[in-house]
Order: sequence, then structure tokens, then C-alpha cells
Amino acid sequence: MSLGQRVSSDHQLARLLQIGVVLEEVVESRAAHHLDSLPADQREAIDEEVRELLAEATEESADHRERLEALIDGLDAETVSYEEINALVDARYGPPEDTDGVLYDQLCNEETAYKFYDDLIDAIEASDGEFAVDREHLLETLSSIRQEEKEGVEDVTDIMERRA
Amino acid sequence: MNTADQYLKAVYLAQRIEDGPASTGTLADMLEVSPASVNEMVGKLEERGLVEHEKYKGASLTDEGLERAHHALQTYCIIERFLANVLEVEQFRDEARALESVIDDTVADRLDTIIDRREECPDCFDAETDCCEFLELEASGHAD
Repeated sequence: MSLGQRVSSDHQLARLLQIGVVLEEVVESRAAHHLDSLPADQREAIDEEVRELLAEATEESADHRERLEALIDGLDAETVSYEEINALVDARYGPPEDTDGVLYDQLCNEETAYKFYDDLIDAIEASDGEFAVDREHLLETLSSIRQEEKEGVEDVTDIMERRA
Repeated sequence: MNTADQYLKAVYLAQRIEDGPASTGTLADMLEVSPASVNEMVGKLEERGLVEHEKYKGASLTDEGLERAHHALQTYCIIERFLANVLEVEQFRDEARALESVIDDTVADRLDTIIDRREECPDCFDAETDCCEFLELEASGHAD
């Protein structure tokens, strides 16, 4: 058991980045599933604002995934394909009941991702270990992704508040 | 998972292994820390009403502590299952132990949306083998 947040090896860092990739893939896949899963009348009722939010979330997750994959590549590790995670999401997917459910799930996605990157950055900063990727570049990349997740939380919260 | 939850999980598992209070020595071995560190943390958990400590016997979870330990063990099960079945990591026990402090329960909840976990979790967790008794490793590793 390892007490205290710390990342001390390339292997451990690669594993955490792989988890980050999977989280992004889950976000991307669930956002796509949400639109498809709603009954026709509910789907039509989804306004442009929510539609755009989901499209942006998908696009942003794909971008984050690529940036994480570049880091994983630098650690000489492999990643998990989107198709594989999409199939797992598909197998266990329970559609939200309505648009509010879609927004709530999206909020969970963004908050979870933010928390993940925040903890990961703390753990890297708490360690003085050397990694095969440049430490400054690693922290810059993760901090910039974390910032985008934070903005994502704010975007969903704004829409939810307007609709309340 | 924070340090307090890691301790509560260890107390829960040690109680199951020892069929009684968790001794300081067992907890120190499980957590790979000194007995002095265990005593200090157990004291803090006792102040928070999460464990009861009996001198010369050891620590036992209170009802509130038990609830938190259950939740922490579920989070740990999710990490192990995710590593074993999604990333196909052969050494999933060692890696779960190394990663659990960095994986928050909200993150584990999201990972839980893509794994299969039984309803009785975490009761099916085998404290001796340090994994779910129903966990089967996928055939080949690909994400190392």
C-alpha cells in the first residue's frame, strides 16, 4: 500500500496517464451515447445550447486524449483504443431520463476529470523523481487540460442555472 | 483515496483476517509504515469516532468507520478490476496498491461505469489474497 500522493516512476506515471485517456474516452463516448439514447421527442427538445455543449465536450476530450497519448508515447507505453472503451461504455450504458440527466452526467464527467488532473498534478509535484518526459512540459500539459476541465464545469453549471 | 480511508480499509481487512481487533503490528505490515505511525493515526481516527482502540488488543471500526471502510474497499475493488479487466495488467494488486492514493472515489465511480462488479461488493473481497474472489484476469496484457 502506498500512503500519500506521489508518482515515483515512469511506469506509474504512464499508468495514470492511461487512466486519464480512458476517462476522456468515457466522456467522449457517453456524450455521443446521450444524444442517440434519448427518445425522439426528447432529442428534438434538446436545444442548440446543450447540443453544442456535448459536441464541444466530445471535441475537447479527443484533443485531451491526443495530448495525453503524446506523453504516454514519450514514456514508451501503449494506450487503450477508443473503440475498446466505447464498446465497454456501450455494454453498460444506462441512458439518462431527460435533458437534465444529460447535463448532470456531463457535469460529473467534467468534475471527475478536473479532480483527476488536480490529484495527478499534486502527486507529480510531491515527487522529485525523474521521468522520461520533460517534467515542465508534463506539468504544463496537465495544468492546461485541468484548466479546460474547470471551464467545462463552469459551462455546464451556467447552462444548468439558466434552465433552473 | 486519502490516508484516513486507506487506514480504515486496512483496519477492516485486518479485522477480517484476525477475526477480532486489528493489531498495530498487522496494520503496520499492511500499510508499510512504522507501528508509531499506526498508533498516531489510529488515535486520530478514534478522536473522529471512526475506530475504537483497546490497549493490547487493537483497533475496531465503529459503525461510521465501517461504512467508510466499505466505501474505500469498493473504490479499491474498482481500481483492481479496472486494471485487471480494462488495462489487462497482470500485476494488478501491486499496481492498485501503488495507485490508490492518487485515485479519488469520484474518479473510481466513473471507471465503475465500464467495469462489471457484483452487487455484493465489497463483501466478496478476499482479504487473504487481496482481491475480489470473483476477479478473473483477462487473457493477455496490452497496455503495459
